[in-house]
Parts: sequence; C-alpha cells; structure tokens
Amino acid sequence: METQKNISRRNFIKLSGMTGAALTLGFYLPASGKDAEVMTMEEANSLGIDMNAWISIDTTGKVTITNHRSEMGQGSWQSVPQIIAEELEVDMNKINIIFAQGNNAKYGSQITGGSSTVRGTYKKLLNLSATAREMLIEAASKKFGVPKAECHAEDGQVIHTPSGKKLHYGELVKDASALTPPKSVKLKLPAEYKILRKPLPRQDTPLKTNGTAIFGMDKKLPGMLYAVVERNPRFQGKVKSFDDTETKKIPGVKHVIPVKMSVFATFREGVAVVADNLWAAMQGRKVLKVEWDDTGFEHLSTTQLYTRMKDDLKTKEGLSFRTKGNFNAAVEKAEKKIEAVYETPYESHSCMEPLNCTAHYQEDKLEIWGPIQGPDWVQDFLSQLMDLPKEKIIVNMTFLGGGLGRKAFMDYPHEAAVLSKEVKAPVQVVWTREDDTTQGPFRPGMVYHCSGGVSGGRIAAFQTKVAGQDMDHQWPGAQKDAYLGSTTEGFLEPYFDGISHYSFSDIPLDVPIPVMWWRSVYASTNGFAFESFIDELSVEAGKDPLDFRRQHLGEERYQILIDKLEEVSGWKSRKKNEGYGVAITECFSSIVGEVVKVSKKTDGKIKIDKVWAVMDCGWYVNPDIIRAQVEGSIIMALGAATKHATHFQDGKAVEKNFDTYKMPRITDSPEMEVHIIDNDEKAGGVGEPGLPPFTPALTNAIFDLTGKRIRVLPFNLEEV
Amino acid sequence: MASFTINVNNQVSTVTAEPDTPLLWVLRDELDLTGTKFGCGIALCGTCTVHLDGNPVRSCITPISSVGNKKITTIEGIASDEANGKFHAVQQAWIDENVPQCGFCQGGQIMSAIALLDKNPNPSDSDIDTAMEGNICRCGTYERIRKAIKRAAKAETK
Repeated sequence: METQKNISRRNFIKLSGMTGAALTLGFYLPASGKDAEVMTMEEANSLGIDMNAWISIDTTGKVTITNHRSEMGQGSWQSVPQIIAEELEVDMNKINIIFAQGNNAKYGSQITGGSSTVRGTYKKLLNLSATAREMLIEAASKKFGVPKAECHAEDGQVIHTPSGKKLHYGELVKDASALTPPKSVKLKLPAEYKILRKPLPRQDTPLKTNGTAIFGMDKKLPGMLYAVVERNPRFQGKVKSFDDTETKKIPGVKHVIPVKMSVFATFREGVAVVADNLWAAMQGRKVLKVEWDDTGFEHLSTTQLYTRMKDDLKTKEGLSFRTKGNFNAAVEKAEKKIEAVYETPYESHSCMEPLNCTAHYQEDKLEIWGPIQGPDWVQDFLSQLMDLPKEKIIVNMTFLGGGLGRKAFMDYPHEAAVLSKEVKAPVQVVWTREDDTTQGPFRPGMVYHCSGGVSGGRIAAFQTKVAGQDMDHQWPGAQKDAYLGSTTEGFLEPYFDGISHYSFSDIPLDVPIPVMWWRSVYASTNGFAFESFIDELSVEAGKDPLDFRRQHLGEERYQILIDKLEEVSGWKSRKKNEGYGVAITECFSSIVGEVVKVSKKTDGKIKIDKVWAVMDCGWYVNPDIIRAQVEGSIIMALGAATKHATHFQDGKAVEKNFDTYKMPRITDSPEMEVHIIDNDEKAGGVGEPGLPPFTPALTNAIFDLTGKRIRVLPFNLEEV
Repeated sequence: MASFTINVNNQVSTVTAEPDTPLLWVLRDELDLTGTKFGCGIALCGTCTVHLDGNPVRSCITPISSVGNKKITTIEGIASDEANGKFHAVQQAWIDENVPQCGFCQGGQIMSAIALLDKNPNPSDSDIDTAMEGNICRCGTYERIRKAIKRAAKAETK
C-alpha cells in the first residue's frame, strides 16, 4: 500500500443520515474554484448545498453506485463501478448501478466525449471509495473495541483480523456516517488490485441479451404521443407553407405543427406530425406537403466543397498553429522532397439507435429522457432555450444505442421539448433512419496538403496545411480568425522534438453544413494524412517504415510500443506476397499502434488478413473493455475508409439509408488481436484512440503489397 | 382499423391496428415488447429480427395482416428459464464472449443466430457469414459474434 496525500480531500463531503440510516458519500464541487470544507449532511443542508451521492450503502449492506456518464457501448456502466468497488472492497456482482441525472454542479462535467470518463475521474473515485472504506473500518474498530490497524475490509465486511470477528457494511453505516472523513487515505498499488485491471464481465451484458435494457426509444409514459418531423433537407432552410389535408385524414394523427430547433447559430426547421402511435405519425408524414424557403444560403455539392478546399490550400496560408525552425529553407536544402494531398469524406454518425428523445413539459417544468451523451449540457442548453431555471429541468439518461459524438449535440432534445410544450402532453420524437443519415451534423470532410523533405535517412522538414470546417466556428460569436488547435490532433508529440523544421496551419471552410465530433474527432482524419505521409517519407528515405518511426520517436514509451508491435505482428518475418502497414497515433492521451496485413485473393483482389493493435492507455480498468473498444474502433474506421461517405448535391445529403450508406458487415470483419501495455502512466482514453491508426495502416499495407498509394477516402477494397 | 389475434412468445393477444402496420410497431407500441428494435425501416440492418414459426423475419417490413396464426418469437421469449438465471444457450454464449457494447442491435443478432443454429447446429465460418450478413453492428462486435455462435454450437451439441 502507498500512502497518498488526499489532495482532493477538501472537495470531499460527507452526507450522513440521508435516509436516516445510510452512509452516502460524494464530493462537492464548489463553483468558481472555491474549496469546500468537510461537513456533515446537516451542515450541507443548512448551507443549501445540493450534493451528489456517488456511493450509498444502506443498512442491509446494499451498495448503490452512481454512474455520472452515459453508457453508449464504451463501458462506463462497468468502468465507474469497477473503480469504486476496488477501493471500497465490495463484490461487483452485489452492487446496484444507477445513472445520474444531468447536473454538472454536482457531478462535474458529464459530457461523455473525448474518451474522458475514466481518465477524467479515476483519481477522485479511488479516493472517494477508499474514504468510505476507511470510515467503515473506523466504525467497526470502535464497535469491536480494537485498534483500527487490526481491522481490514473485504467483500462488503470489516473483519477484525486477529480474531476473525466480522461486521457487514450494513451494520456499520449508521456509525460510519457520524464520523469525520479521514484526511488522507491509502490507495492500493496496481499489483494489489483484485478488481481493477481484471477482465470482469460487464454488468449491462445480460440486459443487452434479453431485451430488457431500456434505450431512448423504449421509454414509455402514460398518455405519451409520438412525433416524426419532416425537416428541411437543406439544413438552414425555412418552412414557407404546408398542406396537412391528407395527413389529418390518417387515423391517430393528432397535431401537425411547424417546429424549429437550435443548430449552432441557426435553426433547423420542419413540420411535426404528432400521433397516438408512431406508425400513424410516419404515415401522416408521407402525405404531408411542405414548401420550403431555401433562400439566403449556399446550396453546395461535394464537388464544390472539395474544389474550394483544394483552391484554399493553393492560395491561402491559413491560420498558423505550430511552427519550429524554417520549413521553407529546410525543405529546399533536403536531399529529397515530396508533396501529397489527402482527402477524407464527410460522414454520418449512423448510430444503430436512430436519434430520439422523450420530453414532458408541464407547468413550467420539463423532464427529458433519452439517449444523451451530455445530460448536463442538455440541462444548460434547454434552460436558455426554453427559458426555464436549471432546477426546473430534469434530464434522464437511458442506455444509448451508440453515441459516436452525435448524441452530444442538443438539437433533438430541444425539438422534443418544444413539441411537448406545444401539444401539452409527453412526446417522443423519433428520427427515421433517413432523418438520422441526412440531417447531420456530420464529420467534416477535410483536405490535407503535406510537404516534406528527408536527408540522411531522417525527416528534415515537415509541413501540413489542413482545409476543412472547424466545428468550433459554428457557435454564435465564434472567433473565426483564432486558431483552435485541431490541426495536430493525432500527431505524436515526440515528432515535434525529432523534427527540426515544421509548420502546421489550418484554413477553415465556412459553409452552411452542420458538423460535429465523430468518434476520435479530428484525429480520425488527421491520422490518415500524418501516418500516410510519414510512410511516404520513409519510402523516400529508403527506410523500413517501422524502423523509420522508431528512429524519430525517441521516448521510451514509444520505443516499447514499437517493439511490441514488431514482435506481435511478426513484422520482421513477413513474406514477399504479404503487405504490411503500420501507423501510430495519439488520441485523448493514449497512444495506439496498429499493423495491418493484406494479401491478394485468388481473384487478385485485396483482402485484410489480420490487424494487430497495441494500446498504451496508461492506468486502466478492464482489459476486455479495452480490447472490445479497439476492435470496434477498427471496424468503424474500416467503414469510413472503404464503405461509406456522405455526399451533397444541391445543398442536400445524398445517402439516406444503409442501401447507399453502406456499413461494414460480418463479412468485412478481419481477424484482430489487441495488446495492452502495462505501465505507470496516467490513464488515457479508451473508447476512441483505436480508430485513427487503422486506415493509414491499411493503406500503407496496400502500398507495401501493390506499390499503389491511396490518398482519397473512401476507396473500394475490391477495386484496388 | 382491424383486429388481429396473434401468438407472441406463446401468449395470445388481440390487437387493433391498421392492416399494413409493421409487426415491429405492434410489438413495441401495442404489446410493450421493446426488445425488438427499429434500425432502418426497410429490412437493411436486421435490428428488428423476430421469428415467425422459427424463421427469422424483419419485423419492420412484415405487415401485421400477413402474420396470421404463425407463432411469433421475440428476444423476450427465448430464454429457457430466465427467472432462475437460465438463458438460452445463444444468450449465454453472448454473455460468455462479452459480445454487446451499446447492445442496440444484439437482440436481432441473437435472433438471427438462433435461427441459424436451429437449422445448422455446426455452422462453418462461411455459414455464419451468410446467415449474419444482414445484421449490422455499428460497434463492430462481429468477431465476438462469430466466437459466440461457435461457443453456442458446442454447448448445444454437448
């Protein structure tokens, strides 16, 4: 055991006697950085402090743990309790897990993005659960009349070690809740973990195999109406007029009303058909006639968008982000110099659960249920838009049938809230697959212009200019001439030390297409450009691509990862008729390297034989969840690389459903092997970092096998 | 509106619906059996898969008027004795292989897998690919689905 100074102890607060006889612990996050002192529940109440209740143990010993983040497949439902159970000394199978409601004053940020759930809270949660354990041990030692040092906690009990006498937590909560939380607590060393770092089965798995997990669309309320909305396909267009004569003839249709929802600095307008069942609403929408006003903004096509980005790269310098040395002079002096342009497409998120949200607006209060990535954001956003105080808005998270960044956006809860207020009943708004695929926000399409030179087998100069939409530029009042720092996302930090002359700049594209985070965000496309270009430079330098990276990435952490990749993939013993490609990227504080092996089938077409991934995410919770997230990231990257893209024609998205927006299927899924590095680094992200390296590793492997360099995504594996 | 008497998971119910209403919406909105999911509405993703007399069908394009007296089985109706913690062998294999991530498509995946194993107790990789190609999983759990089907096949032949 190590003694850790309880740095955040001042932020702990004890909630005793919440139900009269329970130990409930949470921590108070005071506004404006003011430190809170430890106080009793009575004091908290007298000061009007509304506490979170992260851990609660009742008199029967039942432990309830709150998951403050959303569960969209990435495993927070397991990871948050698994962290707490370790230091609290309770059995994972005996705890009850509940979702928190949206409230960032209580829980801190709840936005489930940036792969931040574990890396953002693990230290706080370890301290909190160890604090609860120490209070229970102290209460037991007093009851036993023995020194605290003679007692230990195990499986929901405190045991007097010499005599073997036991008290279960339920028998101790009343006394423990009257104690003052200890000033510092001992945290276990990783070698002592019994629950952490073990591949324990996820607690949500049984619910997801028997149909009982409740997703957004499964929410039912008494008297609830269902709505579908015919929305303007051109994103910023308005409703000019509509004819609902035929719609109102459909049995079950109750209301046909125009509705608009906030989308960044503009509104998305549509006409809602509200019915007493969803099928009736869908039928009513089919016969609804809407005329749109599409004046005042550009109706762009994919060709126009990419022409503009490529022209920008030729004619503009862009906003400079990070430079060192003198790129122009250095590249002129280099032994060899090359340039390459890479293109990545716009993409829909296409979660399996289409967007939906249930709202009940009544008497100046609003309750929301839905597949929501940021319940606290929804609360803040709707407070402004619906003109209600925050405390009058309750936001409940259901399980999410995928989130992928799309469900961090607040447009669909806003639309549901507006409709419920309008029809004075609870309303569930369901987006059809076509709505979900065509309305965005999309991953922005990007074009990269990379230039560089090599001398003496090393990179002498490196430049990347990026053209594309900046997600942060869409908000009202955004500072569009300020560089916001996305151009280097995905690039490995040691390259900045290893390269003497570099320059990164960004040319934002300002067009009326809504864009939003897509799993691994800018790294999802940057990684393709960087790791393709590094590969091209290695070829110019006449170096093995893996050795070339090893040579530039001097830090030990990267050397270990590269050695591991080389070992597990059999990189050195690869055969002549096999193509091997490697890529390494950094995303949300984790480093992932992947090697892809390809070969030709008997018909000469390319097949992916295997993918090896090595994940270095530092401190971690559950190796099986990590493996699952990396596998899923690889498949999602494979889709965006070889299967689907969103195109625009006349200002509208072209692909509408899975017939044209084709998903990877079981037949596309390669064999995958995921390795995790054990080290003492801080926790990094898990849900997203496995995505960026896959595509460049694949295209680098195809180059290795065929000599053909793929620079435009998506491409068809069948046609390489 | 018309009245239909249907057998779902060995329970007979009478529902009122427009004849062209897809079975999916009758299950979800009339019978509150929400384990069957809406994914695409045009039989492209398999999320809404149920069995009619043991055959997998996409309930999003199956009109209620076409069901007749065929037995409907949904994800809620396959466990042998769930009250005592006994899942169907395929569900158990899904649990043992930690297949689900978001879980939204998994009911449909399991229904397709059960139909496969009922007809072909020992499927090859290519049999699995053919039977499961209609089911999309956006979380990319395909490799685990393959392993789970093989595990269930072994368990069932024991």
